[in-house]
Amino acid sequence: MIYLDNAATSWPKPPGVLKAMADVLERAGGNPGRSGHRLSIAAAQVMYETREKLASFFHVRDPLRVIFTSNATHAINIALAGLLKPGDHVVTSSMEHNAVMRPLRSLEKRGLKLSVVPCASDGSLDVSDVARAVKNNTRLVVVNHASNVVGTILPVAQVASIAHRAGALLLVDAAQTAGSIPVDVQAMGVDLLAFTGHKGLLGPTGSGGLIIGDKVDASLMEPLMRGGTGSQSALEEQPNELPDKFESGTPNVIGIAGLGAGIDWIMERGIEAIRAQEEELTRVLITGLCNIPGIKVHGTLDASRSTAIVSITAAHKTVSDIGLSLDEEFGIMCRVGLHCAPAAHKTVGTFPQGTVRLATGAFTSKDDISTAVAALQKVIS
Amino acid sequence: MTYGVVLFHTTSSAMRAEKLLIKEGCAIKLIPTPRELSSDCGIAVRFCWSECQRIKSVLEAAGVEVDTVRQIQS
Ligand SMILES: Cc1ncc(COP(=O)(O)O)c(C=O)c1O
Repeated sequence: MIYLDNAATSWPKPPGVLKAMADVLERAGGNPGRSGHRLSIAAAQVMYETREKLASFFHVRDPLRVIFTSNATHAINIALAGLLKPGDHVVTSSMEHNAVMRPLRSLEKRGLKLSVVPCASDGSLDVSDVARAVKNNTRLVVVNHASNVVGTILPVAQVASIAHRAGALLLVDAAQTAGSIPVDVQAMGVDLLAFTGHKGLLGPTGSGGLIIGDKVDASLMEPLMRGGTGSQSALEEQPNELPDKFESGTPNVIGIAGLGAGIDWIMERGIEAIRAQEEELTRVLITGLCNIPGIKVHGTLDASRSTAIVSITAAHKTVSDIGLSLDEEFGIMCRVGLHCAPAAHKTVGTFPQGTVRLATGAFTSKDDISTAVAALQKVIS
Repeated sequence: MTYGVVLFHTTSSAMRAEKLLIKEGCAIKLIPTPRELSSDCGIAVRFCWSECQRIKSVLEAAGVEVDTVRQIQS
Protein backbone atom coordinates (compact mmCIF):
# COMPACT_ATOMS: atom_id res chain seq x y z
CA MET A 1 0.00 0.00 0.00
CA ILE A 2 1.41 3.39 -1.00
CA TYR A 3 -0.30 6.51 0.24
CA LEU A 4 0.20 9.45 -2.11
CA ASP A 5 -2.77 11.54 -1.03
CA ASN A 6 -1.04 13.64 1.59
CA ALA A 7 -2.37 16.89 0.11
CA ALA A 8 -5.90 15.75 1.03
CA THR A 9 -4.87 14.60 4.48
CA SER A 10 -1.59 13.20 5.73
CA TRP A 11 -1.26 9.54 6.58
CA PRO A 12 0.10 7.86 8.58
CA LYS A 13 0.41 10.07 11.66
CA PRO A 14 3.42 9.93 14.00
CA PRO A 15 2.80 7.46 16.87
CA GLY A 16 3.03 10.35 19.34
CA VAL A 17 -0.12 11.86 17.84
CA LEU A 18 -2.20 8.76 18.61
CA LYS A 19 -0.70 8.56 22.06
CA ALA A 20 -1.39 12.22 22.89
CA MET A 21 -5.02 11.82 21.85
CA ALA A 22 -5.57 8.70 23.92
CA ASP A 23 -3.80 10.38 26.81
CA VAL A 24 -6.27 13.28 26.83
CA LEU A 25 -9.22 10.93 27.12
CA GLU A 26 -7.55 9.08 29.92
CA ARG A 27 -5.94 11.90 31.87
CA ALA A 28 -7.43 15.23 30.85
CA GLY A 29 -11.04 14.47 30.05
CA GLY A 30 -12.68 17.60 31.52
CA ASN A 31 -14.21 20.54 29.70
CA PRO A 32 -11.43 23.16 29.38
CA GLY A 33 -12.03 26.44 31.14
CA ARG A 34 -15.54 25.52 32.15
CA SER A 35 -15.30 23.87 35.55
CA GLY A 36 -12.04 24.55 37.35
CA HIS A 37 -11.54 21.04 38.74
CA ARG A 38 -8.38 19.12 37.98
CA LEU A 39 -9.61 17.37 34.82
CA SER A 40 -10.94 20.66 33.48
CA ILE A 41 -7.66 22.40 34.21
CA ALA A 42 -5.69 19.54 32.64
CA ALA A 43 -7.70 19.94 29.44
CA ALA A 44 -7.10 23.70 29.44
CA GLN A 45 -3.37 23.05 29.90
CA VAL A 46 -3.30 20.68 26.94
CA MET A 47 -4.91 23.35 24.77
CA TYR A 48 -2.59 26.05 25.96
CA GLU A 49 0.48 23.91 25.30
CA THR A 50 -0.55 23.46 21.67
CA ARG A 51 -1.39 27.16 21.40
CA GLU A 52 2.13 28.01 22.47
CA LYS A 53 3.68 25.45 20.15
CA LEU A 54 1.75 26.86 17.21
CA ALA A 55 2.77 30.41 18.15
CA SER A 56 6.45 29.54 18.20
CA PHE A 57 6.15 27.34 15.09
CA PHE A 58 4.68 30.20 13.02
CA HIS A 59 6.66 32.97 14.82
CA VAL A 60 3.65 34.60 16.47
CA ARG A 61 4.55 36.78 19.48
CA ASP A 62 1.34 36.30 21.48
CA PRO A 63 -0.06 32.73 21.82
CA LEU A 64 -3.51 34.19 22.57
CA ARG A 65 -3.67 35.36 18.96
CA VAL A 66 -3.76 31.72 17.84
CA ILE A 67 -7.45 30.80 17.44
CA PHE A 68 -8.39 27.12 17.31
CA THR A 69 -10.78 26.15 14.53
CA SER A 70 -12.12 22.91 13.03
CA ASN A 71 -10.00 23.26 9.88
CA ALA A 72 -8.64 25.81 7.40
CA THR A 73 -12.09 26.39 5.91
CA HIS A 74 -13.44 27.43 9.31
CA ALA A 75 -10.47 29.74 9.86
CA ILE A 76 -10.88 31.39 6.45
CA ASN A 77 -14.59 31.92 7.09
CA ILE A 78 -13.88 33.53 10.49
CA ALA A 79 -11.42 35.91 8.84
CA LEU A 80 -13.59 36.85 5.87
CA ALA A 81 -16.87 37.19 7.79
CA GLY A 82 -15.06 39.09 10.52
CA LEU A 83 -13.28 41.65 8.40
CA LEU A 84 -15.38 42.35 5.35
CA LYS A 85 -18.35 44.63 4.83
CA PRO A 86 -20.44 45.33 1.73
CA GLY A 87 -18.60 47.82 -0.46
CA ASP A 88 -15.14 46.61 0.62
CA HIS A 89 -12.78 45.59 -2.16
CA VAL A 90 -10.91 42.27 -2.00
CA VAL A 91 -8.15 40.96 -4.26
CA THR A 92 -7.56 37.24 -4.62
CA SER A 93 -5.93 34.89 -7.14
CA SER A 94 -7.38 32.52 -9.71
CA MET A 95 -5.60 29.60 -7.99
CA GLU A 96 -7.73 29.59 -4.85
CA HIS A 97 -9.43 26.60 -3.26
CA ASN A 98 -13.19 26.77 -2.77
CA ALA A 99 -12.51 27.34 0.93
CA VAL A 100 -11.60 30.88 -0.18
CA MET A 101 -13.56 31.21 -3.40
CA ARG A 102 -17.01 30.17 -2.17
CA PRO A 103 -17.17 32.49 0.86
CA LEU A 104 -15.87 35.35 -1.32
CA ARG A 105 -18.40 34.67 -4.09
CA SER A 106 -21.14 34.58 -1.46
CA LEU A 107 -20.01 37.91 0.03
CA GLU A 108 -19.84 39.32 -3.50
CA LYS A 109 -23.57 38.71 -3.85
CA ARG A 110 -24.05 40.89 -0.78
CA GLY A 111 -22.06 43.84 -2.10
CA LEU A 112 -18.39 42.91 -1.76
CA LYS A 113 -16.23 44.02 -4.70
CA LEU A 114 -13.97 41.19 -5.78
CA SER A 115 -10.98 41.20 -8.16
CA VAL A 116 -9.59 37.80 -9.12
CA VAL A 117 -6.03 38.17 -10.43
CA PRO A 118 -5.34 35.53 -13.11
CA CYS A 119 -2.34 33.27 -12.54
CA ALA A 120 -0.26 31.63 -15.27
CA SER A 121 -1.10 28.07 -16.33
CA ASP A 122 1.74 26.73 -14.16
CA GLY A 123 -0.02 28.31 -11.16
CA SER A 124 2.46 31.14 -10.70
CA LEU A 125 1.41 34.67 -9.84
CA ASP A 126 2.93 37.82 -11.31
CA VAL A 127 2.98 40.24 -8.38
CA SER A 128 2.74 43.24 -10.70
CA ASP A 129 -0.78 42.02 -11.53
CA VAL A 130 -1.61 42.19 -7.83
CA ALA A 131 -0.13 45.70 -7.66
CA ARG A 132 -2.42 46.73 -10.53
CA ALA A 133 -5.49 45.16 -8.90
CA VAL A 134 -5.31 46.85 -5.49
CA LYS A 135 -7.23 50.10 -5.04
CA ASN A 136 -7.55 52.63 -2.26
CA ASN A 137 -10.64 50.84 -0.89
CA THR A 138 -8.97 47.40 -0.93
CA ARG A 139 -9.55 46.00 2.54
CA LEU A 140 -8.00 42.57 2.10
CA VAL A 141 -5.79 40.52 -0.20
CA VAL A 142 -6.33 36.74 0.07
CA VAL A 143 -3.92 34.24 -1.46
CA ASN A 144 -2.95 30.63 -0.96
CA HIS A 145 0.63 30.00 0.10
CA ALA A 146 0.75 27.05 -2.30
CA SER A 147 -1.76 25.55 -4.69
CA ASN A 148 -3.49 22.30 -3.79
CA VAL A 149 -3.77 21.50 -7.53
CA VAL A 150 -0.21 21.91 -8.82
CA GLY A 151 1.75 22.79 -5.67
CA THR A 152 3.06 26.11 -6.99
CA ILE A 153 4.28 28.34 -4.14
CA LEU A 154 3.17 31.98 -4.32
CA PRO A 155 5.45 34.92 -3.42
CA VAL A 156 3.56 35.74 -0.24
CA ALA A 157 6.09 38.24 1.16
CA GLN A 158 5.93 40.32 -2.03
CA VAL A 159 2.15 40.20 -2.04
CA ALA A 160 2.25 41.38 1.60
CA SER A 161 4.26 44.49 0.69
CA ILE A 162 1.82 45.35 -2.08
CA ALA A 163 -1.18 44.84 0.19
CA HIS A 164 0.33 46.93 2.98
CA ARG A 165 1.30 49.76 0.63
CA ALA A 166 -2.35 49.93 -0.38
CA GLY A 167 -3.45 49.93 3.26
CA ALA A 168 -4.94 46.43 2.96
CA LEU A 169 -4.45 43.36 5.15
CA LEU A 170 -3.15 40.02 3.87
CA LEU A 171 -4.90 36.72 4.62
CA VAL A 172 -2.91 33.62 3.63
CA ASP A 173 -4.42 30.17 3.16
CA ALA A 174 -1.56 27.97 4.36
CA ALA A 175 -3.53 24.71 4.20
CA GLN A 176 -0.95 23.15 1.86
CA THR A 177 2.21 24.58 3.41
CA ALA A 178 1.87 24.58 7.21
CA GLY A 179 4.17 21.82 8.42
CA SER A 180 5.62 21.21 4.94
CA ILE A 181 7.57 24.39 4.25
CA PRO A 182 8.67 27.02 6.79
CA VAL A 183 6.04 29.66 7.55
CA ASP A 184 7.12 32.77 9.48
CA VAL A 185 4.22 35.21 9.71
CA GLN A 186 6.44 38.09 10.82
CA ALA A 187 9.11 37.67 8.16
CA MET A 188 6.49 37.11 5.47
CA GLY A 189 4.28 40.02 6.56
CA VAL A 190 1.19 37.85 6.92
CA ASP A 191 -1.63 39.55 8.86
CA LEU A 192 -3.94 36.54 9.09
CA LEU A 193 -2.89 32.93 8.57
CA ALA A 194 -5.39 30.11 8.12
CA PHE A 195 -4.04 26.58 8.56
CA THR A 196 -5.41 23.10 8.91
CA GLY A 197 -4.13 20.53 11.39
CA HIS A 198 -4.60 17.33 9.42
CA LYS A 199 -2.23 17.81 6.46
CA GLY A 200 1.43 18.84 6.84
CA LEU A 201 1.09 19.45 10.58
CA LEU A 202 0.35 15.72 10.96
CA GLY A 203 -2.51 16.20 13.41
CA PRO A 204 -5.98 14.63 13.19
CA THR A 205 -8.90 15.82 11.09
CA GLY A 206 -11.04 18.41 12.83
CA SER A 207 -8.10 20.52 14.01
CA GLY A 208 -6.77 23.79 12.64
CA GLY A 209 -6.51 27.45 13.39
CA LEU A 210 -6.41 31.11 12.50
CA ILE A 211 -3.57 33.43 13.47
CA ILE A 212 -4.62 37.02 13.94
CA GLY A 213 -1.53 39.20 13.62
CA ASP A 214 -0.68 42.18 15.83
CA LYS A 215 -1.66 44.67 13.15
CA VAL A 216 -5.24 43.39 12.96
CA ASP A 217 -7.64 45.12 15.33
CA ALA A 218 -9.61 42.05 16.41
CA SER A 219 -12.05 44.18 18.41
CA LEU A 220 -13.44 45.40 15.08
CA MET A 221 -13.95 41.87 13.74
CA GLU A 222 -17.40 40.29 13.97
CA PRO A 223 -17.25 36.74 15.30
CA LEU A 224 -18.63 34.08 12.95
CA MET A 225 -20.25 32.25 15.89
CA ARG A 226 -21.24 33.38 19.34
CA GLY A 227 -21.75 31.29 22.45
CA GLY A 228 -20.28 29.96 25.65
CA THR A 229 -16.56 30.42 26.22
CA GLY A 230 -16.22 29.52 29.91
CA SER A 231 -15.17 33.14 30.48
CA GLN A 232 -17.27 36.22 31.30
CA SER A 233 -20.27 34.02 31.97
CA ALA A 234 -22.18 36.89 33.58
CA LEU A 235 -22.35 38.57 30.18
CA GLU A 236 -25.06 37.83 27.62
CA GLU A 237 -22.86 39.41 24.98
CA GLN A 238 -19.85 37.84 23.31
CA PRO A 239 -16.56 38.74 25.06
CA ASN A 240 -14.02 40.75 23.09
CA GLU A 241 -10.89 39.05 24.42
CA LEU A 242 -8.76 36.73 22.31
CA PRO A 243 -8.92 33.84 21.79
CA ASP A 244 -12.36 33.49 23.40
CA LYS A 245 -14.13 35.89 21.04
CA PHE A 246 -13.68 33.39 18.19
CA GLU A 247 -13.75 30.12 20.16
CA SER A 248 -17.34 29.61 21.26
CA GLY A 249 -18.45 26.10 22.17
CA THR A 250 -16.53 23.17 23.64
CA PRO A 251 -13.34 22.79 21.61
CA ASN A 252 -11.80 19.68 20.08
CA VAL A 253 -9.35 19.08 22.94
CA ILE A 254 -8.44 15.60 21.69
CA GLY A 255 -7.68 16.90 18.21
CA ILE A 256 -5.72 19.84 19.60
CA ALA A 257 -3.61 17.45 21.69
CA GLY A 258 -2.88 15.41 18.56
CA LEU A 259 -1.97 18.57 16.67
CA GLY A 260 0.48 19.51 19.42
CA ALA A 261 2.15 16.11 19.11
CA GLY A 262 2.31 16.53 15.32
CA ILE A 263 4.21 19.78 15.78
CA ASP A 264 6.55 18.11 18.29
CA TRP A 265 7.40 15.50 15.68
CA ILE A 266 8.06 18.15 13.03
CA MET A 267 10.21 20.25 15.39
CA GLU A 268 12.23 17.20 16.34
CA ARG A 269 12.90 16.29 12.76
CA GLY A 270 13.23 19.88 11.61
CA ILE A 271 10.98 21.48 9.03
CA GLU A 272 13.98 22.13 6.75
CA ALA A 273 14.82 18.42 6.73
CA ILE A 274 11.21 17.48 5.97
CA ARG A 275 11.08 20.03 3.17
CA ALA A 276 14.40 18.83 1.71
CA GLN A 277 13.22 15.21 1.64
CA GLU A 278 9.85 16.05 0.10
CA GLU A 279 11.46 18.32 -2.46
CA GLU A 280 13.90 15.60 -3.51
CA LEU A 281 11.14 12.97 -3.85
CA THR A 282 9.02 15.42 -5.81
CA ARG A 283 11.93 16.10 -8.16
CA VAL A 284 12.35 12.36 -8.76
CA LEU A 285 8.61 11.96 -9.32
CA ILE A 286 8.40 14.87 -11.80
CA THR A 287 11.38 13.55 -13.77
CA GLY A 288 10.02 10.01 -13.82
CA LEU A 289 6.57 11.07 -14.99
CA CYS A 290 7.88 13.52 -17.61
CA ASN A 291 9.69 10.54 -19.21
CA ILE A 292 6.47 8.57 -19.74
CA PRO A 293 5.04 9.22 -23.22
CA GLY A 294 1.38 10.17 -23.08
CA ILE A 295 1.55 11.79 -19.64
CA LYS A 296 1.45 15.53 -19.19
CA VAL A 297 2.77 16.91 -15.92
CA HIS A 298 1.20 20.23 -14.90
CA GLY A 299 2.69 23.04 -12.81
CA THR A 300 6.15 24.57 -12.77
CA LEU A 301 7.94 21.19 -13.18
CA ASP A 302 10.39 22.63 -10.65
CA ALA A 303 10.27 20.96 -7.23
CA SER A 304 12.04 23.92 -5.61
CA ARG A 305 9.14 26.19 -6.55
CA SER A 306 6.36 23.89 -5.40
CA THR A 307 5.15 21.75 -2.53
CA ALA A 308 5.18 17.96 -2.76
CA ILE A 309 2.29 17.85 -5.26
CA VAL A 310 2.51 16.48 -8.79
CA SER A 311 -0.60 16.75 -10.96
CA ILE A 312 -0.88 14.86 -14.23
CA THR A 313 -3.26 14.13 -17.10
CA ALA A 314 -2.96 11.53 -19.85
CA ALA A 315 -3.81 11.80 -23.52
CA HIS A 316 -5.75 8.55 -23.84
CA LYS A 317 -7.05 7.75 -20.39
CA THR A 318 -9.42 9.56 -18.06
CA VAL A 319 -8.17 10.64 -14.68
CA SER A 320 -10.75 8.49 -12.93
CA ASP A 321 -9.63 5.37 -14.81
CA ILE A 322 -6.05 6.08 -13.84
CA GLY A 323 -7.00 6.59 -10.19
CA LEU A 324 -9.01 3.37 -10.13
CA SER A 325 -6.22 1.30 -11.70
CA LEU A 326 -3.63 2.74 -9.32
CA ASP A 327 -5.76 1.82 -6.33
CA GLU A 328 -7.09 -1.57 -7.45
CA GLU A 329 -4.07 -2.98 -9.27
CA PHE A 330 -1.20 -1.34 -7.42
CA GLY A 331 -2.53 -0.25 -4.01
CA ILE A 332 -1.49 3.32 -4.72
CA MET A 333 -3.79 5.99 -3.30
CA CYS A 334 -4.06 9.42 -4.85
CA ARG A 335 -6.81 11.92 -5.60
CA VAL A 336 -8.36 12.53 -9.01
CA GLY A 337 -10.72 15.24 -10.21
CA LEU A 338 -11.08 18.90 -9.37
CA HIS A 339 -9.74 18.94 -5.79
CA CYS A 340 -12.35 21.51 -4.65
CA ALA A 341 -10.64 24.13 -6.79
CA PRO A 342 -12.49 24.79 -10.07
CA ALA A 343 -10.87 28.21 -10.57
CA ALA A 344 -7.40 26.70 -10.24
CA HIS A 345 -8.18 23.96 -12.76
CA LYS A 346 -9.52 26.57 -15.19
CA THR A 347 -6.24 28.44 -14.77
CA VAL A 348 -4.15 25.32 -15.34
CA GLY A 349 -6.33 24.27 -18.30
CA THR A 350 -7.57 21.03 -16.76
CA PHE A 351 -11.22 21.99 -16.20
CA PRO A 352 -13.61 20.14 -16.04
CA GLN A 353 -11.90 16.74 -16.17
CA GLY A 354 -9.33 17.58 -13.50
CA THR A 355 -6.04 15.83 -12.85
CA VAL A 356 -4.50 12.86 -11.08
CA ARG A 357 -2.76 14.34 -8.05
CA LEU A 358 0.13 12.52 -6.39
CA ALA A 359 1.21 14.03 -3.10
CA THR A 360 4.25 12.91 -1.19
CA GLY A 361 4.33 13.21 2.61
CA ALA A 362 6.73 13.04 5.51
CA PHE A 363 6.58 9.22 5.49
CA THR A 364 6.97 8.63 1.75
CA SER A 365 10.11 6.75 0.67
CA LYS A 366 12.16 6.77 -2.50
CA ASP A 367 10.95 3.22 -3.19
CA ASP A 368 7.34 4.40 -3.00
CA ILE A 369 8.10 6.95 -5.71
CA SER A 370 9.83 4.51 -8.07
CA THR A 371 6.99 2.01 -7.57
CA ALA A 372 4.45 4.73 -8.40
CA VAL A 373 6.32 5.79 -11.55
CA ALA A 374 6.54 2.17 -12.73
CA ALA A 375 2.84 1.65 -11.99
CA LEU A 376 1.85 4.72 -13.98
CA GLN A 377 3.99 3.56 -16.88
CA LYS A 378 1.94 0.32 -16.95
CA VAL A 379 -1.41 2.06 -16.43
CA ILE A 380 -0.82 4.46 -19.32
CA SER A 381 0.56 2.01 -21.86
CA MET B 1 -3.19 31.90 56.03
CA THR B 2 -3.57 34.90 53.78
CA TYR B 3 -3.67 34.12 50.10
CA GLY B 4 -3.94 36.21 47.01
CA VAL B 5 -5.67 35.29 43.77
CA VAL B 6 -5.00 36.54 40.27
CA LEU B 7 -8.14 36.76 38.15
CA PHE B 8 -8.11 36.70 34.36
CA HIS B 9 -10.34 37.51 31.42
CA THR B 10 -9.72 34.20 29.63
CA THR B 11 -8.72 30.65 30.51
CA SER B 12 -5.82 30.96 28.07
CA SER B 13 -4.40 33.86 30.07
CA ALA B 14 -4.69 31.80 33.26
CA MET B 15 -2.81 28.94 31.58
CA ARG B 16 -0.16 31.30 30.31
CA ALA B 17 0.28 32.80 33.80
CA GLU B 18 0.50 29.39 35.45
CA LYS B 19 3.25 28.25 33.11
CA LEU B 20 5.30 31.41 33.52
CA LEU B 21 4.98 31.50 37.30
CA ILE B 22 5.97 27.88 37.71
CA LYS B 23 8.95 28.48 35.46
CA GLU B 24 9.95 31.37 37.73
CA GLY B 25 9.73 29.08 40.75
CA CYS B 26 6.67 30.77 42.33
CA ALA B 27 4.56 28.54 44.60
CA ILE B 28 1.11 28.82 43.04
CA LYS B 29 -1.98 26.71 42.48
CA LEU B 30 -4.77 26.93 39.94
CA ILE B 31 -8.15 26.99 41.69
CA PRO B 32 -11.74 27.52 40.63
CA THR B 33 -12.39 31.25 40.99
CA PRO B 34 -13.96 31.85 44.44
CA ARG B 35 -17.64 32.67 43.87
CA GLU B 36 -17.53 35.76 46.06
CA LEU B 37 -15.12 37.35 43.61
CA SER B 38 -16.93 38.08 40.42
CA SER B 39 -14.59 37.22 37.62
CA ASP B 40 -14.52 36.71 33.91
CA CYS B 41 -12.76 33.38 34.04
CA GLY B 42 -13.58 30.27 36.06
CA ILE B 43 -9.96 29.50 36.89
CA ALA B 44 -7.71 31.66 39.07
CA VAL B 45 -4.10 31.50 40.27
CA ARG B 46 -3.76 31.33 44.07
CA PHE B 47 -0.54 32.35 45.84
CA CYS B 48 0.77 33.27 49.29
CA TRP B 49 0.08 36.94 49.81
CA SER B 50 3.71 37.54 50.79
CA GLU B 51 4.64 36.70 47.17
CA CYS B 52 2.31 39.31 45.73
CA GLN B 53 4.87 41.77 44.39
CA ARG B 54 6.91 39.06 42.74
CA ILE B 55 3.87 37.46 41.10
CA LYS B 56 2.69 40.80 39.79
CA SER B 57 6.06 41.71 38.35
CA VAL B 58 6.51 38.34 36.59
CA LEU B 59 3.10 38.66 34.94
CA GLU B 60 3.62 42.30 34.05
CA ALA B 61 7.04 41.67 32.53
CA ALA B 62 5.59 38.97 30.27
CA GLY B 63 2.57 41.08 29.32
CA VAL B 64 -0.02 38.59 30.59
CA GLU B 65 -3.51 40.07 30.53
CA VAL B 66 -4.69 40.20 34.15
CA ASP B 67 -8.16 41.20 35.35
CA THR B 68 -7.36 41.93 39.02
CA VAL B 69 -5.32 40.65 41.96
CA ARG B 70 -7.27 40.20 45.24
CA GLN B 71 -6.56 39.12 48.76
CA ILE B 72 -8.55 36.21 50.25
CA GLN B 73 -8.54 34.49 53.65
CA SER B 74 -8.76 30.77 54.02
C1 LIG C 1 -5.37 25.28 -0.53
C2 LIG C 1 -6.39 24.72 0.41
N1 LIG C 1 -7.18 25.56 1.10
C3 LIG C 1 -8.09 25.10 1.98
C4 LIG C 1 -8.26 23.76 2.19
C5 LIG C 1 -9.31 23.33 3.16
O1 LIG C 1 -8.78 22.62 4.23
P1 LIG C 1 -9.81 21.93 5.24
O2 LIG C 1 -10.63 20.98 4.43
O3 LIG C 1 -8.98 21.25 6.25
O4 LIG C 1 -10.64 23.04 5.80
C6 LIG C 1 -7.47 22.84 1.49
C7 LIG C 1 -7.60 21.37 1.64
O5 LIG C 1 -8.58 20.74 1.46
C8 LIG C 1 -6.52 23.34 0.58
O6 LIG C 1 -5.75 22.50 -0.11
